[in-house]
Amino acid sequence: MNDTLANTEKKTAYILTLPAVLLVFSIILFPIFANIWISFKEVELKDIRIPEPRAKKIVKSISDEPTKIKILYKLRNSSLIQEIRDVSFEDNFPKNFEIENLDSRCSYKKYNLKCEFGNWPAKYRENFQVLFKTNDGSKIDKKNLKSIKPKLEGKSDNILLNTNFTLKNFKKVLFENEFVDLLLTTFYYTFFGTVGSIIFGILTAQMVNQKFYGRTFMRSVLLFPYVAPVVALAYTWELLLDPNSGTLNSLLLNYQIIETPINLLGQKYIEISILGFDFKLRLALTTVIMFEIWRYFPLAFLFILARLQAIPKELYEAADVDGASPFQKFFNITLPQITAVISILFMIRFIWNFNKFEDVFLLTGGASGTRTLPINVYQQGFAISDIGMGSAVSIVIVVLLLMFMFFYFKLLGKKVDEN
Amino acid sequence: MRTKNTILFSLISTFFLIFLISIWKILATLQGLSINSFNIEIIFIFGFLISLAHLGIGDRIKSIYKAIIFSSIFVFCDGYLIQKLPIWYNVGVFLILYFFTNKISKYTFIGLKEEHSTQVILFDFLTLFGILFFSFVILFPFYMMLVTSFKTQIALLVNPLDFSINFGQDIKDLFKSYFVIFKSYKFGKYIVTSTIVSVGTVIITLLFAIPAAYAVARLNFFGKTFLSTSILIIYMFPAIVLVIPLYTIFSQLGLRNSIEGLLIVYTATTLPVAIYMLQGYFKSIPKELEEAAILDKLSWFGIITKIIIPLSIPAISSVALYVFMIAWNEFLFSLMFLDNPNSFTLSRAIQYLSGDAETPRQYLMAGSVVVTLPVLFIFVYFEKYLVSGLTAGSVKG
Repeated sequence: MNDTLANTEKKTAYILTLPAVLLVFSIILFPIFANIWISFKEVELKDIRIPEPRAKKIVKSISDEPTKIKILYKLRNSSLIQEIRDVSFEDNFPKNFEIENLDSRCSYKKYNLKCEFGNWPAKYRENFQVLFKTNDGSKIDKKNLKSIKPKLEGKSDNILLNTNFTLKNFKKVLFENEFVDLLLTTFYYTFFGTVGSIIFGILTAQMVNQKFYGRTFMRSVLLFPYVAPVVALAYTWELLLDPNSGTLNSLLLNYQIIETPINLLGQKYIEISILGFDFKLRLALTTVIMFEIWRYFPLAFLFILARLQAIPKELYEAADVDGASPFQKFFNITLPQITAVISILFMIRFIWNFNKFEDVFLLTGGASGTRTLPINVYQQGFAISDIGMGSAVSIVIVVLLLMFMFFYFKLLGKKVDEN
Repeated sequence: MRTKNTILFSLISTFFLIFLISIWKILATLQGLSINSFNIEIIFIFGFLISLAHLGIGDRIKSIYKAIIFSSIFVFCDGYLIQKLPIWYNVGVFLILYFFTNKISKYTFIGLKEEHSTQVILFDFLTLFGILFFSFVILFPFYMMLVTSFKTQIALLVNPLDFSINFGQDIKDLFKSYFVIFKSYKFGKYIVTSTIVSVGTVIITLLFAIPAAYAVARLNFFGKTFLSTSILIIYMFPAIVLVIPLYTIFSQLGLRNSIEGLLIVYTATTLPVAIYMLQGYFKSIPKELEEAAILDKLSWFGIITKIIIPLSIPAISSVALYVFMIAWNEFLFSLMFLDNPNSFTLSRAIQYLSGDAETPRQYLMAGSVVVTLPVLFIFVYFEKYLVSGLTAGSVKG
C-alpha cells in the first residue's frame, strides 16, 4: 500500500515537473552544448540559412498568338556555398493547356508539370522555359497563371550537422584578437562595477536603515534604476553625456568648470595629473562602469538593508553603554554582520557583470576601449558574422566563469573553516 | 575641545548648505535662468556665519524666528544683492535655508561638549547628504528624460540648458513628440506587441512553474535535489552564451521575427526564478490542508487548483509582476531575434529609432518615457509585494 503511494507520488512529480524541465533544458542547457559544437566549426552567418531551390515564374505572352504562352522559370540555388541534391519541380496548369516543347527532364501529365533537375551546385542558375497553348482556342488569363506557384524540393546538407571540426576559432580567439586587452577590459568593468555597486549599496543601506521622514519613498526611489528598462536609461545617459549638446557638458561649460566639452563616452583615454604624476584614465570605460554602478547598486542596497534590519538592536545598545562612537559601531558591529551577505553579493554581481551585454552595447557599442567579452561575442557573431568565432568566445566566457566560481568557493570555504 | 568642535560643526553644516544650494542652482539653471557661478565662497562664508550665530544665540530667540531671520538675510544677500533672480528661485532658497536652520537647531554648545559629538554630527549630516545626493543622482536622469520629451529640437538648440516646460501652449504642441511617435513610428503597435509578449510570458511561465514548484516543494522523487540545485545554477547562467545557438536554431526553424520565438525564450529564462520563488512559498503552506484533501480523494490537479493556488495568491501575483517586468524590459533577445519592424517590441523599437542619427532626441526620450512608465507604475504601486521578492534575488540583471 505504502509502496504504491510512493510510486504514484513519484509519477505525479515527474508529470508536474516535466513540462518546465523540458522547456528549460531545450532552451538553456541544449544551447550550451550546441555552443561547444558550433565553436569547433567554421560557420558564418550566411551558412546557417538552409539552402533552398527557388524559382521565379515569369509569364510572357507571345505577340499575335493569344492562345499561346511562354512561361519562364528563373531557377536558382539560394545558397552561395552549398549544393542542393535531387531537386524536384512541380507546377499546375489550367485544364485546357497543352505543352508545346517538353524538356527531357520533365513529364506533363494531367495538366501537371513535373521535372527532376538533379543536383544543383552552389550559385546555380538556370532559365527554364516552357511553351503552352490552349487546346480549345480560348484566350489565356495571365494573372491566373501567375498566381499558381511552383513547388520545389531538394536535399541539402545542414552545415551545422556535418562532422568537420577545427580548432581555428579558439586559436583566433586566444592568440589574435588582442585577447589580453579584451580580458583586462572585461575584468576592470566587472571588478570595479561590482565593488562600486557594493560600496554604494552599503552606504545607501546604512542611510535608509536610519529613521527619517519619507523613508519608504526613498527606498522605492533607490530601486528605480534597477527596475526601469535598460534601453530608456542608457539613451537618457547618452543624451546627458553627449559632448555637443549634452546637459552635463553644457552645465559644466556654463559654470566654467571646464573649457572644452568632454566626450565621456567616446574618448578612450584622458590624461590626469595628480601631484605631478600623470595618469592615463580609461575615460569611456570609467563612464560605462559608473553607469553600471548606478544601475545595479540597488540590488546590493536591498540585500544589505535586509541584513541590517535583522541585526539585533541589543548589540548597538551595548555599544552605546560602552561609549562607542558611530564609526566604531559601524566597523565593529555592522560590517562583521554584513560580510556574509557581501560575499554572496560579490559573487552574484561579479558573474552577472561579467556577462553584461546590454549596458555597454547601448552606451558605446563596444567602441573607445569598452569592448568586453560579451560585446565580443556579438561583434564576432553578428557584426563580422562569424558564428563559429562568436561561439568560441562564449565558450571562453563559460570556462572563465566556472573557474571563477571554483576558486571563489574554495576561498570562501577556507574562510568559513577558519572561523 | 569646544572651539575645535564648534569649528568642525560649522564646517560640516556649511558644506551641507553649499551642497543644497548648488543642487538648487543646477535645477534653476535647467529652468533657463542664467546662473554662471555657484558663488561657493560667499555661500561658505554665510553658512559658516549662520552656524556660528546659531550656536551663539542659542535659546535666546525662539528657533522659528531664528530660522526666518537667517533665511531672510541669506535670501536678501544671495538673491538680491549678488544676482537678481526671479521670485520663485528666492522662495526656493528661503525654504532651503529654513530647512537647514531647522536641521542645525538641535545642536547646541552643550551638546558639542559630549564625547564623539563631531562624529555624531558628521554621521547625521552624511545621512542627510546621502539621502539628498542619491535622490538627486537617481531622479535626475528620469527627470531629464521626462522634460526633454516635452521640448522641441529648435528650443534645445537655442538654449541647451532651458528645460522649462511652457504649460501655456496648446496640448497638441506640448505632447507633440508623443503624437509623433505614435503616428509616424507606430509605437501603438509596439506597445501591443510588448504587452502580448509580456503577458503571454507571465501566463505560460505560471502554467509551467506552479506544478513544478509544487512538486519540488511537496513531493518526494528521485532527482529532486538535483532539480532544485540546477534551478539555481541555471538562474546564474549568462544569457549572452545562449544567444548564438538559439539564433542559429531559431533561424533554421523560422522562429525569428515571431512572437512565439520570444515567448519560448522568455518563458525558459524566467521559469527557474519563478519556480524558485514559488516553491519557497508553497513550503510555508501547512501540510494538513493537503492531507485532508487527499483523504477527500482530490487529485493533484484538484489540490493545486483548489488549495495551493487560492492560498498563495500574493506569492503568485508577485511572481507574475516580476516576470512581467523582466519580459517588458528584456532587450538582448529582442535585439537578436527581431529585425523586422513589424514584430518589434518597445525596447527594440527604441533602439532601432536611435540607430537613425536624424531622429530628434525628444522622440527618443518620449519613447523612453513610454517604455519606462508602466514598469515604474507597477513597481511603485505594488512595491510592498515586490521588495520582498527582489531580496529573493528574482530580477536578474
